[in-house]
Amino acid sequence: MSELVRIENLKVYYPIRTGFFNRVTDNIKAVDNISFTIESGQTYGLVGESGSGKTTIGKSLVGLEDPTSGKILFEGHEVTTNRQKKAINYNKDVQMVFQDSQSSLNPRKTIGEIIAEPLKNFGVPNFIGAGYDGERSFDQTKINERVLALLKIVGLPAQTVAQYPFQFSGGQRQRIGVARALATNPRLIVADEPVSALDLSVQAQVLNFMKKIQREYGISFLFISHDLGVVKYMTDNIAIMHNGRFVEMGTTNDIFNDAQHIYTKRLLSAIPSLDVSKRDEKRAYRKRIESEFTQNKGAYYQQDGLRDRAYDLEPITKTHYVALKKEGA
Amino acid sequence: MDGKLLEAENVSVDFRIDGQYQTAIHKINISIKHGEVVALVGESGSGKSTFAMSVMGLHNSDQTRVTGSIKLNDNELIGLSERQFDAYRGVSVGMIFQDPLSSLNPLMKIGDQIAEAITVHDKQSKKVKQRVQKLISDVGIVDVQRVSQQYPHELSGGMRQRVMIAIALANEPDLIIADEPTTALDATIQAQILDLIKEIQQKKNAGILLITHDLGVVAEMADTVTVMYAGQIVEQARVADLFNHPKHPYTRSLLRADPSEVNSGDELYAIPGTVPALKDMDHSKDLFLKRIPWLDKAEVEATVDEKLQKVSDEHYVRGNAWQNFEFLEDL
Repeated sequence: MSELVRIENLKVYYPIRTGFFNRVTDNIKAVDNISFTIESGQTYGLVGESGSGKTTIGKSLVGLEDPTSGKILFEGHEVTTNRQKKAINYNKDVQMVFQDSQSSLNPRKTIGEIIAEPLKNFGVPNFIGAGYDGERSFDQTKINERVLALLKIVGLPAQTVAQYPFQFSGGQRQRIGVARALATNPRLIVADEPVSALDLSVQAQVLNFMKKIQREYGISFLFISHDLGVVKYMTDNIAIMHNGRFVEMGTTNDIFNDAQHIYTKRLLSAIPSLDVSKRDEKRAYRKRIESEFTQNKGAYYQQDGLRDRAYDLEPITKTHYVALKKEGA
Repeated sequence: MDGKLLEAENVSVDFRIDGQYQTAIHKINISIKHGEVVALVGESGSGKSTFAMSVMGLHNSDQTRVTGSIKLNDNELIGLSERQFDAYRGVSVGMIFQDPLSSLNPLMKIGDQIAEAITVHDKQSKKVKQRVQKLISDVGIVDVQRVSQQYPHELSGGMRQRVMIAIALANEPDLIIADEPTTALDATIQAQILDLIKEIQQKKNAGILLITHDLGVVAEMADTVTVMYAGQIVEQARVADLFNHPKHPYTRSLLRADPSEVNSGDELYAIPGTVPALKDMDHSKDLFLKRIPWLDKAEVEATVDEKLQKVSDEHYVRGNAWQNFEFLEDL
């Protein structure tokens, strides 16, 4: 397995300006010193509640957010700033799928125009696959052919090209978003809550489809979600975020079967289970974890102003890292 | 105590579209006892909210035809005028919506909004302020004084939903309708709100109609479950029966599409096809049969009946497709 993206000590701060001179008096630490690695052909899950900073990490990766400090490396090339991203034509390698397919597809463009857009910008690769980097064609007939081929991959009929986003259901629109993301043969797709607006049976279609293109083309995903059931099914590795910090990081198995941090345990205990017979037991367990979380915070967090700041990650096995207070600290 | 709180019989709702009535929900039967949580499950467009709105009398009577019978504490609700409905809404029936930000008044302080819910029905009410404060603390908000002076935008999503619940509880309703109450919330907040609703149901012995698309929430909360597809009820059962012995192909398909219990190596079950459009819904048939085309139709359709079949005590299923249904992958 080879490393595709490495993120080192990433910080994204938003300044708070106050007073007559509009001076920076403090920072909101949306992402506070985060490091992790995405392997090629694998799915990395970022889990956390709203406001934990998971979307900010995704946005920094695709270039929608400027990091305050830290490094993003793509196959060893630094791509932290937009200039560095341009230099290696990084934007064709990383694409994004958004949560709300309604607002991320231009309502005044046909589906054909929407999917052709990245092909016009980056050219049509000779064949479909992750990261193919040979010759790219800007020929209009090639573009049209590729649009049809992409629609076929996501299971939509050819007449779709002339239709507009409002003519499709949520699940179909989400698949159009995936077709657009696939157009440039990306190595990595950042999927920010791609199925949280969908019904169960449609969600299943989209998730199956994402797994299929990963198998066939070796695409990596950064899968951002607050739904632990979906994350468990989709990911190989997971990081749990809270207040801009990682509290725990490991393989999906480490997190679901051997959670160490109280915040991870709290998230896991909150997943509703389909096992009706154990629900009272589960509710009692959840109450116990919740009271441990509120009463025993000092063991897991340092105070940073009013926010709880997780300790630095320490390895407990080769793959499993937990933010615990160091002995004697 | 064991008497029926809500008794809905043969409730159909037709919407007038281009001058013609089209059926959105067809002959729905649901009953709720005091202190019981009844979950109504189904995907978007199945008619769950349409049913809830007919209980609340929120349909526009010019464009909508509601037929059948809905009895709340033995009083018929169908056919009541707007003014007559006002005596029930917020008094005998409280409602909790999915999106508290758009259902709270952005220009009113929290305390005033809860007070309004009391005074609008009881102008002579005394000690309104004490009642408001008690309601706020009842829904688990610790900082009562501060929150009652705040505006909705100053609160987090979970806090807003608590305020919505306080408003729904203001007049101690017998029935609470919760329409996707936790869909917009994070998992831990969802767990807190569900625990709160459960606590209220036990303390006040209120009946709860819980509308959701999330099977996990159903398994956590419900006493009995009604599964809807395309405006029809396809299955009704006690919660343990439904999850342990699901019968109707739609119920079984939904359970199989849930990713939380599936190995990540296996493919998720995606139900083929889509929900039919309103104008294509022929409610004399089991509409889900279209989504399982491999089943032998001749045998099944001949016996489809509008009534649900009783399969065991308190367990009802639509049609008889379930008797020889198998997933295509398993054949």
